[in-house]
Amino acid sequence: MTSDIQVQALPVQGRRRSIDFSWPTFALLTLVLSVLVLLPLFWLVYYSFRSDTGAGATFANYIALVADPTLLRAYGLAIGMALAVGVLACIIATPMAWLVARTDLPGRRTIRMLVTASFVTPPFLGAIAYEILAAPNSGIVNIMYRSVFGLEASEYLVNIYTFSGLVFAIACFTFPYVFTLVANALDKVPSDLEDASSILGGKSMTTLRKVTIPLVLPAMLAGTLIAILQALTMFGSPAILALPAGFHVITTKIWSLFQFPPRLGLAAAAALPLLIITVILLRAQKSILGRKGYTVLGGKSGTPRITELGPWKWPAIAFVFCVLSLTIILPYLAIIKTAFTGTVGDPINLSTLTLSHWRFVLFEFSATQLALRNTFLLGFLTATAVTAIALIVSYLVIRRSVPGSGFLGVLATAPVAIPGIVLGVGLFLSYANPTFQLYGTIWILLIAFMTIELPAGYQQMSSAFSGVHPELEEAGRIVGASRLRTLWDITAPLLRTSVVAAWCFVFVGTIRELSATILLTTANTKLVSVIIYDLNESGDLGAICVLGIILLAASFAVVFIANRVPVLGGSQMNTRG
Amino acid sequence: MWKKALSAALLATGLAASPAAWAEAPAPYQITPELEAAAKAEGKVVFYTATDVAVAEKLAELFKSKYPGIAVQVERAGSERVFQRIGQEYSTGIYNADVIETSDAVHFEYFKRQGWLAPMVPQEVADKWPADERDPDGNFAAYRAHLSVIAYRTDLMKDADAPKTWEDLLDPRFKDKMVKAHPGYSGTVMTSTFVLSQLLGWDYFEKLGKQNIMQVQSSTEPPKKLAQGERALEVDGNEYNVFRLIDEGKPIKIVYPDEGTPLAVGNAAVLKQAPNPNAAKLFYAFLFSLDAQQLNSDFGGLRSFHPGVKEKADRTPLSKIKILHSDPEKLEPEIPTIKANYEKYFGT
Repeated sequence: MTSDIQVQALPVQGRRRSIDFSWPTFALLTLVLSVLVLLPLFWLVYYSFRSDTGAGATFANYIALVADPTLLRAYGLAIGMALAVGVLACIIATPMAWLVARTDLPGRRTIRMLVTASFVTPPFLGAIAYEILAAPNSGIVNIMYRSVFGLEASEYLVNIYTFSGLVFAIACFTFPYVFTLVANALDKVPSDLEDASSILGGKSMTTLRKVTIPLVLPAMLAGTLIAILQALTMFGSPAILALPAGFHVITTKIWSLFQFPPRLGLAAAAALPLLIITVILLRAQKSILGRKGYTVLGGKSGTPRITELGPWKWPAIAFVFCVLSLTIILPYLAIIKTAFTGTVGDPINLSTLTLSHWRFVLFEFSATQLALRNTFLLGFLTATAVTAIALIVSYLVIRRSVPGSGFLGVLATAPVAIPGIVLGVGLFLSYANPTFQLYGTIWILLIAFMTIELPAGYQQMSSAFSGVHPELEEAGRIVGASRLRTLWDITAPLLRTSVVAAWCFVFVGTIRELSATILLTTANTKLVSVIIYDLNESGDLGAICVLGIILLAASFAVVFIANRVPVLGGSQMNTRG
Repeated sequence: MWKKALSAALLATGLAASPAAWAEAPAPYQITPELEAAAKAEGKVVFYTATDVAVAEKLAELFKSKYPGIAVQVERAGSERVFQRIGQEYSTGIYNADVIETSDAVHFEYFKRQGWLAPMVPQEVADKWPADERDPDGNFAAYRAHLSVIAYRTDLMKDADAPKTWEDLLDPRFKDKMVKAHPGYSGTVMTSTFVLSQLLGWDYFEKLGKQNIMQVQSSTEPPKKLAQGERALEVDGNEYNVFRLIDEGKPIKIVYPDEGTPLAVGNAAVLKQAPNPNAAKLFYAFLFSLDAQQLNSDFGGLRSFHPGVKEKADRTPLSKIKILHSDPEKLEPEIPTIKANYEKYFGT
């Protein structure tokens, strides 16, 4: 759509005569975003008031929502789980972020990189890795525990199929949110405030307690809220770990309402409180982050103070190594081990090593190729579309070129409040009907992914835009180029690095999505995440690990290439200076 | 749907006065060179199945080697998931599937009522299948059967300690040791839960639910959890997966309890709206051929209704096992109760 507009905008003869396409673009984007965001929500509300038996308008679904103990229990467990995940993630991530950002801990860059890797890992794959590691009997950790201490077969150290196991497995893959936010905040805390504290006689611990921590507290809370939100709306990990333990959380419960004959009305009604909780949490986050202003009071007025760890270096290294082992090293080793041995319980030796899972996945399993193709096609399409839309929207919003453009920003951020499974239900209700026959095509998935990823893309692009001074664009406009042409020829190249980063971010987010996907795929629109989930339900862990390795390798490769291709700017060209 | 299908059938036969004629199975068909050619022209068949994915893919391979040039797309999920998927797809006007197969006999009664199936009878079925293992109207036939069995790891549980009856499973010594599949996902377990709730009552399940059982989804999964050594005893699970794992050398033994063992029959059918009708017809006939049925038995460990199939010697023949049959017509109205009770006693 942008290319059409560009082509028409090409014959620019002078500023006066060319049409300013800001308005049509604005109108078009408003329409597109409204359809993306508002339509599914409308149908969700509509269906929640409709009887599943076709008896017309009803409150029965809402009555069932408060009267059905299984639904209430699922909500209670989900909220408890999410809170516990938030607290745990915060406890793990904050000290680690401080160590990485503000101390002389060796290998800080590598640690940051590894934490990013744990962000790329789809949480459902992490949950499966923990099944392999910490199932009470066949888990590698428990087998080692028994053989080291010579214990009975019924003894075990850890059991992942429990509420606490689930909390732990989710926290392992959501702590990067807290880590990144806190580490960035610590990078920005001006050293002069801390210097002032020292000058006044504060010891380093006092400074940490009285100055540094209060300054990053908003980031900590915000990160924790994101972790809570992630856990609350997650589908894959609870489906993998909570169901064997014999309990539902709300996302798996909603999914079970889709069993044939589907109870769409109840599913819609059960999804709405999740939406409301999410909105409340996000508002809380906003009001906390709104105070962030004073964090960067001094601007980047100096390099952050580095604390020397001294004798604490070794405990610190041990702590970081422990966290990284639990979140990255052990899960990845478990996945690799399972991909190359017969069954999970097998020890590693020459007789158990096998390529049979690889043969099965690559040559016998007929869904592999289709799923890989769909996954990467959708990844590319979503990343490109979202980046393009986010670029234009953030331009319109930041430069305020059209009155009311702030509304676009709101629309582009709104989906952040819609949990994946809720969006899945909404999209299913909107587009799986005889009028819009999008269910069963990849387009419904594209719509879902675009909606889910838009806020992330928009956030990245708009923060990048605020770093580019408008004077260069003004120069372009004075020479006579239209707004869009200026955007394309001047601003976009200046933003290359951010554009590539946003693209990669969306791409990775797309291929790890499961909660909306699970409701929207059909036989011909399989994605790797869904076949991994299907294979998990039939217990084929070896095949899952092979697919997981392929998925991870491909995601890392795409991210790597996108950052290296010279046309795209390459990460070394930091045009923002 | 029903009305439409009925009137279409009436129009086609021109026998509006005689409804009995509509309920007659079509004449058996054989695989002719014309059918093969037409199937090849379509080039593809989509098979929605609940059979274990490795077995289903093996069968697809055999088909491809017999009829090169026709790809088989295997879509494997649990029976209830296949049912959910086809229901979602058909209610929104998507017709992806050519041939469908699940282990919950209720589904086929439902499909038939909805008029979603294309009646056809392969020659092999007409000649060799027992009358009660195929639809009298020719809409579907029993493509496979298997038992839902108790089984245990011989290295983790002594033979003397192993359960002999269903009631034995309530013994405290089995607490924390068992794994079980879910009736909301697996047709096999839906069938066995129904049969056992009739035989032993729901209070049996209430007590069983207190044994701290590991809950998995597919009935293919409990045997795999045994193979991993994750649990020592399975409450239910496909007999055929256990056979396969025993063939691989895993130390697992099957228990056929004194009260009887539930049997799940997997029907197969061709869908009326099949996008590849000729390939579907060919594939459907192939499913019942001796080669395919023998492969199901040898590689898959499935039971067959084809009298020519020879089972491996180490498997207990069906004739020596007390079998619990299920009546799909009685099961169907019970489904909501079964799901609700199950969630009450087992948590999910």
